[in-house]
Amino acid sequence: MSTNSQKYRNSFLKEVEANVEEGEWVKMCMQCGVCAGSCPLGKHWDHPPQEIFMMIRAGKRDEVLTSDSMWMCTSCYNCIARCPRGLPITHIMHGLAVYSKRLGLMPDNQPTAEFGQIFWDNLMKKGRVNELKMGLSMYFKDGFSQGIKNAMANQKLGQNMMKAKRMNAMEIMGGHGVKSPGDLAKIIKKAQEIEDGNIQDFS
Amino acid sequence: MAKIELSFYPGCSSQKGATSSNYLVSAQTMCEELDITLNEIPDWNCCGASIGYGGGGELPRLTLSARNIALSEEHNAGQEIVSPCAACWLNTREAKERLNEDEKMMQDANTALAEGGLRFKGEVNVRHMVEVLVEDIGFDAIKDKVKKPLEGLKIAGYVGCQTNRPFGIAGESFENPQYLDKIVEAVGADSIPTFEKKVQCCGGALAFSEPEKSQEMIHGIIEAAYDNGADMIVTPCPLCQANVEIYQDQINETYGTKFDMPVVYYSTLMSVAFGRNAQDAALNGHIIKAKKLEEIASK
Repeated sequence: MSTNSQKYRNSFLKEVEANVEEGEWVKMCMQCGVCAGSCPLGKHWDHPPQEIFMMIRAGKRDEVLTSDSMWMCTSCYNCIARCPRGLPITHIMHGLAVYSKRLGLMPDNQPTAEFGQIFWDNLMKKGRVNELKMGLSMYFKDGFSQGIKNAMANQKLGQNMMKAKRMNAMEIMGGHGVKSPGDLAKIIKKAQEIEDGNIQDFS
Repeated sequence: MAKIELSFYPGCSSQKGATSSNYLVSAQTMCEELDITLNEIPDWNCCGASIGYGGGGELPRLTLSARNIALSEEHNAGQEIVSPCAACWLNTREAKERLNEDEKMMQDANTALAEGGLRFKGEVNVRHMVEVLVEDIGFDAIKDKVKKPLEGLKIAGYVGCQTNRPFGIAGESFENPQYLDKIVEAVGADSIPTFEKKVQCCGGALAFSEPEKSQEMIHGIIEAAYDNGADMIVTPCPLCQANVEIYQDQINETYGTKFDMPVVYYSTLMSVAFGRNAQDAALNGHIIKAKKLEEIASK
């Protein structure tokens, strides 16, 4: 092992390598753009993954971490399947999104970020997703009157799903779950504490 | 045919009254016919799906799946884990591989699991139900079980994303997988090998949070099915199934189309072709009725 401890990389790249899921891969991007051309929502990204990687290496911390782009990822894994250098791009995008959220830099009212939190909170209540409550939380995330509008707009869809027995009004009473949601919560709380403790301070 | 016994991870959406409850019914019917025994992992939890990262980050998300694997290794020892759900399979397999590759992550996950008295070993194989069909059963054995060939039906095989990437089915290409078409042919229907949208993303979880962007993609998938002369679409993924079926009314309103395209599972096709009735194939669980399958099932 080298005894040379001096490192010249810019601090934002080091920060991403330390604190972002699979961040140590960012330096491996060769800027071919296959990810950008393969993304199904590519046209909606302000900066496609290739650009994000370049910006990280150029030290553009605020521009990356305040970007809406990473939240466009549908988790289709096209970029991973095609990247010639095997970067786990989907995971890096998820990691950057979560890191920007952790630092409070994420754009306000980002719908997929909101959905991610609603989904997580929903599954953690009983250990399994309660689809009915999750749907209602999404409809009502922007307040009561918008919620009623959303519910009305999707009324037919809801009725169709009930008729096909793929939605159950009784789920509102509790629904499916693990035997001891408290035990699961303890496990996940511990995992959260460990993850928080692994974050290095770059501020 | 050798009897196969598997540790079964059904996943949240397959539960009673949930969006893919009809998938579970037809998958169980299919497994009965193929002599596959499914032993449910006791007390399994949600895998976090593809959007859980937004609230759960990395370790908590991986720990969710590590708990399921630990439960399976404890209670269904020696049995491979199988899931019919793309996201359940992907997350469980990802957790297994990531924890095995990263010693610290494995330690951290086990420190968390110890809070619930569990331990992840990560030695068990994690498979998707279609891998069992393709690799253990085989297309010829499926064909041999067919009592009512789905003759005259033209079916677009929509593989989608997460059954196909990043892991996929061994020996299949990410860009043009063939196994779903082979299943369609095995049950006596006509496949559409040139269905160009077979691995197009439907939006996944973003169908909830970015409906316009997702429905634009779903519109393209259904349009291609019509233009290829399909009677219906078949998929191995519960979220693909729901996204492509249930928003057709809204898409028709936006795009001025008259889409009325049934979207079924491979297990639906096999249940009907194996001679089981409409109820066992869960045909009643579709919003857009697969009328041609109903006709064959009632014969």
